[in-house]
Amino acid sequence: MSVPATERVTAVVIGAGHAGLAASHFLTAKSVDHVVLERGEVANSWRRERWDSLRLLTPNWQSRLPGLRYEGPDPDGYMTVPEVTEFIERFAKVSRAPVRTGEDVSSVRRDGDGYRVTTGRGEIACRVVVIATGACNRPTVPALADAVPASVRQLTPFGYREPAGLPDGGVLVVGASATGVQLAAEIQRSGRPVTLATGEHVRLPRTYRGRDVLWWMDAAGVWDQRYDEIDDLTRARRLPSPQLVGVPGTTLDLNALSALGVELVGRLAAVRDGRALFSGGLRNVFSLADLKMNRLLGTFDDWARTSGGDAEVGTAERYEPTRAPETARLQLDLRDGRIATIVWATGFRPDYQWLDVPVVDAKGQLIHEGGVVGGPGLYALGLPVLRRRKSTFIYGIEDDAREVIDHLVKYLGMRN
Amino acid sequence: MTTVADNGVNVQALLDAREVLKGAPEAAQFTWRASSKWQGGVHTTIKVQDFFGLGQEQGHKAESVFEADHPEVFAAEDSGITPIEYLLVGLASCLSAGVASVAQNRGIQLRSVEAIVEGHHDIRGILGADSDVRNGFNDVKVTFNIDADASKEDIEALVAQSQKRSAVFDALSNPTDITVEVA
Repeated sequence: MSVPATERVTAVVIGAGHAGLAASHFLTAKSVDHVVLERGEVANSWRRERWDSLRLLTPNWQSRLPGLRYEGPDPDGYMTVPEVTEFIERFAKVSRAPVRTGEDVSSVRRDGDGYRVTTGRGEIACRVVVIATGACNRPTVPALADAVPASVRQLTPFGYREPAGLPDGGVLVVGASATGVQLAAEIQRSGRPVTLATGEHVRLPRTYRGRDVLWWMDAAGVWDQRYDEIDDLTRARRLPSPQLVGVPGTTLDLNALSALGVELVGRLAAVRDGRALFSGGLRNVFSLADLKMNRLLGTFDDWARTSGGDAEVGTAERYEPTRAPETARLQLDLRDGRIATIVWATGFRPDYQWLDVPVVDAKGQLIHEGGVVGGPGLYALGLPVLRRRKSTFIYGIEDDAREVIDHLVKYLGMRN
Repeated sequence: MTTVADNGVNVQALLDAREVLKGAPEAAQFTWRASSKWQGGVHTTIKVQDFFGLGQEQGHKAESVFEADHPEVFAAEDSGITPIEYLLVGLASCLSAGVASVAQNRGIQLRSVEAIVEGHHDIRGILGADSDVRNGFNDVKVTFNIDADASKEDIEALVAQSQKRSAVFDALSNPTDITVEVA
């Protein structure tokens, strides 16, 4: 057997989603020779790991990447998954990113003053590595799933495409973040009665005072809040995605789901003797979410007043508190046939099994300071609140990528 | 003018403990204990003093003694409160401690914190009169009356946060695995 020659390059970017491509854009601008390794195709997760009806949560006008912006006819609409895929593909072309598709990374380890990257095609020696593999590589399923009776079909968002793919009968959706509320709504509309297990969540209206709520996040400076200005960064990074859907003017909070007929229950606390047991703390998670939403709307109002923009937006408003069921259900028999399916909308986690550098904490999260990872020359992009609150949004990558690549270039000792 | 809120809670010690225990989960394992002795009838005396935590045996400064019995309408002697009322004692004290701690951490001066805790209980369950009725509370209602240097919204946030971090609220609202053995 011949040993394949080791290839040498200054920088390796892992992942050709919007984050890896943005890294490539700035590496090119700084004349750093690099490759972008992609296990599948450009925007792979968007092609394979998303349900059919999903649309971006950010409006089209806000979908911009370095040197690329939305120029279609519907700036206030939200991109479908094929449109996002096409947008990211176009970015790869426009920025002439040196992407190698179908090249899966199986190991990254320290080697001299740089790193050795092993892929399905061979070995690459490099000085620096940018990890842009995303925060949602694996769906998180709680351990109590093991106690669910075999008669109930269990599904994660990776296995879910559309309601028609589910058996007839009731569906227990576990988790009320963006994923959970979107799936609960469309499954309920398909005629399958949905029970939604709800823990702590982030409630937001789609539009506030006539503007998209994400316009406010941007305008009022919330999205630009830096990671080193946030009181409880761990909490901010673990925050569930807001209850939003990419449908113009459509708020998909728990009151909207109740109106559709979805039954709200507390957090799924245990499965015992074939019965799902829910927390009795439902009213408190409602209060927490209502209070936090109102505080956020208050900061929007303050900003509108102080910036003199009050006249350009609608009048301040507050929404009905989340309606608690008269008596919340505390348990549900999973053996009587009424629940045919459980959908685990319980979040996602990154996968760093290939990373043979001790920079992952006990909870499986990468240890980094604003994208600068503990190992010298190791960087990350596209993680929650990496450098700002907007970090994981497509539109949030530009500032992060510029700053992280600036740091990387300084590390390399280059002068550009 | 700046005034520092003083609710008598050493929040800094709690924040320091949080940081230390993040890296030492074994020291965070506590065992709380109560020992009981039947006194005759439906009257029991319960004593609480020692517990385990921070890797070693610990103790309260003094032993506390509790009498639990049932009221005369239950045809009992009423030598102490009903066991299920002790759950209300635990919930009220835990949430109030939480309110004080969170207020201290947020710089809110409290003047008074009062709570009424009501547990709604259909006793046909424990009497075996109707098998569809559960033994425990059907529901519990806590009503706080708080006087503090804060807006209504901030006070509501204190109360919501205290539930979020309450041991007894969690123990009552979520299932707990219980083993009962005969030694």
